[in-house]
Amino acid sequence: MSTTYRTRVGSKSYRFQGLGELMAKASPARSGDALAGVIAESAEQRVVAQMVLAQLPLTTFLNEALIPYEEDEITRLIIDDHDAAAFAPIRHLTVGDFRNWLLSDQATPEMLSRVRAGITPEMAAAVSKLMRNQDLILVAKKCRVVTAFRNTLGLEGRLSTRLQPNHPTDDVTGIAASILDGLLYGSGDAVIGINPATDNVAQSIKLMRLMDEVIQKYEIPTQSCVLTHVTNTLEAIEQGAPVDLVFQSIGGTEATNRSFGFDLATLAEAEAAAQSLGRGTVGQNVMYFETGQGSALSSDAHHGLDQQTCEARAYAVARKFDPLLVNTVVGFIGPEYLFDGKEITRAGLEDHFCGKLLGVPMGCDVCYTNHAQADQNDMDNLLTLLGVAGCNFVMGIPGSDDIMLNYQTTSFHDALYARRALGLKAAPEFEQWLARMQIFADVDTHRLSDRVPAAFARSLRQLPGEASHEA
Amino acid sequence: MKRDPAPAPTMPQTHGVVENPWAALRAFTDARIGLGRAGVSLPTDKLLAFQLAHARAQDAVHCPLDIDALREALTQALDLDAAPIALKSRAEERAIYLQRPDYGRRLNEASREALEKCAESVEPKRLAIVIVDGLSALAVQRNSAPFLQAFIRALAQDTDDWRLAPITIVEQGRVAIGDEIGELLGAAAVLVMIGERPGLSSPDSLGLYLTWAPQVGLRDDRRNCISNVRPAGLCVDEAARRLMGLLEQVRERGLSGVALKDRSEENEVESIGSTRNFLVAD
Repeated sequence: MSTTYRTRVGSKSYRFQGLGELMAKASPARSGDALAGVIAESAEQRVVAQMVLAQLPLTTFLNEALIPYEEDEITRLIIDDHDAAAFAPIRHLTVGDFRNWLLSDQATPEMLSRVRAGITPEMAAAVSKLMRNQDLILVAKKCRVVTAFRNTLGLEGRLSTRLQPNHPTDDVTGIAASILDGLLYGSGDAVIGINPATDNVAQSIKLMRLMDEVIQKYEIPTQSCVLTHVTNTLEAIEQGAPVDLVFQSIGGTEATNRSFGFDLATLAEAEAAAQSLGRGTVGQNVMYFETGQGSALSSDAHHGLDQQTCEARAYAVARKFDPLLVNTVVGFIGPEYLFDGKEITRAGLEDHFCGKLLGVPMGCDVCYTNHAQADQNDMDNLLTLLGVAGCNFVMGIPGSDDIMLNYQTTSFHDALYARRALGLKAAPEFEQWLARMQIFADVDTHRLSDRVPAAFARSLRQLPGEASHEA
Repeated sequence: MKRDPAPAPTMPQTHGVVENPWAALRAFTDARIGLGRAGVSLPTDKLLAFQLAHARAQDAVHCPLDIDALREALTQALDLDAAPIALKSRAEERAIYLQRPDYGRRLNEASREALEKCAESVEPKRLAIVIVDGLSALAVQRNSAPFLQAFIRALAQDTDDWRLAPITIVEQGRVAIGDEIGELLGAAAVLVMIGERPGLSSPDSLGLYLTWAPQVGLRDDRRNCISNVRPAGLCVDEAARRLMGLLEQVRERGLSGVALKDRSEENEVESIGSTRNFLVAD
């Protein structure tokens, strides 16, 4: 039985059928909610919904499930894992009070990490709908989520990057060339992660070995990942492949994940398998997840919810498996879900905020496709905002152009811009490596070396039939 | 060949731009590597080259299909008796098309009626060819006639008689609109040729989707796809060859999509190109 929420504003009366509809109508506008038919019918109705939502006690979300407990294992995960003791300091609050509390001086980083396990994804989604962009930034900045494998990610004042050396035919020299380019621009502390063009076990193992050899030879304090299906990675582990991180795209409903071909038990099995390899040196966070608003709707598995609420529920899945990295691929899905730069920016800030509030080591693929109304300036803006908000990591790709996936994300140059403009640094272990390898002349002032570092100059001379660089 | 160890090369600098000696590696990849830097930022020429590529990709998305020119070109290139049939989806213009994929998957009323009328006068055929603008009218404009020439040549050499339904061209369409057209024409299979989402360096990429027993409401897992058909990607002859292979399998097994894929085939390592990693070569 869903509750009907009624209110009167001036001479008009408003009615919202159930918590799901109230949340959807309160969402800042975006094309995906229009496509789903759940968007507010007018600007006024949206704000009225936000006003009604602001008055709801947070405990409502523990009593009224948006997707029935019996039907969805993620609802069960959210309810069964809810920590009543952690929730105690905030249990008396309404959603509106919760926003005030999050912004207040009471909500210190320590306090925020104490209450984390008492916050459900729906509470995070609800409060985010009342928050302006600056609120999302300010509160996220107070939430630190630190993880580790061969280096330490998410520390204050750090911004890491995933080096993404994709190639349309997985050509070894092509991939190695992009890895070299990235390393020499200081990229790759979050992970060196390849989206394979040919997605199967044998190909994945080939790419895992390629990256493992590079990491070992140059003693890079980082980790590698092939972004293939979780079941492929499990098979690779069985075959003895050098697996650092297990990847999977995840969504916020059981049906979404079933359409992706896995369930929570699969992820648990994968986490245990990767941990059994013991390949981490400073930590044992072995999972890497990607998410993104719109995935539930595109799998026809959104249960009538708005896309941002579905997205926040994906973070309940993520935090269950102590991931090293999680990022929203915010602008990849296309304009039918996030139409333009404004909608992509808002969604990126919401996803980062909700993830961090729930204790997820959140990064962002700041990106767009060529059919979205967005350009490099929009990406500059979102990158800067996320840098200010304390985002754990962004992508790094040669010249912003992913020639395999055909979309644009942040470049190696972009990450250096953000580090310089905002005074942010790479992960500490990786930063020391950059200095030791003489990739940077001065890491403190973000000044790159004017020479090709000796170790890499040697490798360049190995190239067949060229590499004579007497310039 | 052994070389004497040389000192680490200094990166050349001109007018404040530090160049990257490893830019020579671009011989091995289309990735934008070795761009050099002004401080830590993109040099002006590299910035403008990117902007030009993005502008072209955006123009490709928004440029309307010149349907009369395409009908004329196909009629001539394929020596057709009648020009291909022009159809429209329910998405009236580009902005709606981009936000409502569901509208792009169905014919509008007028087109549906016209096609129903046409279907009455022709025998059911085995293969319907549907050309759709998709996200790049440019791809369709440039590549559909050359591809169809190659494909129809290949069909003529096939032992099997693939009787073709009249060719249709759809404006503001998505892949699934082929299901409705194939169903209306009573075709055993439908081939959709559609402009793919433009990449930064590939604004003219044509995608081929083959679906057995087309009917409204099929999911994408029922289709097989050949992607990146364009002069700088998969050439039309190779694309036609691969499509003939697919057609044969589809016809033999009476199905298409993921069910057609053989798992053993999936475990082949991509073997095109180089296999030696120069970063760990010594």
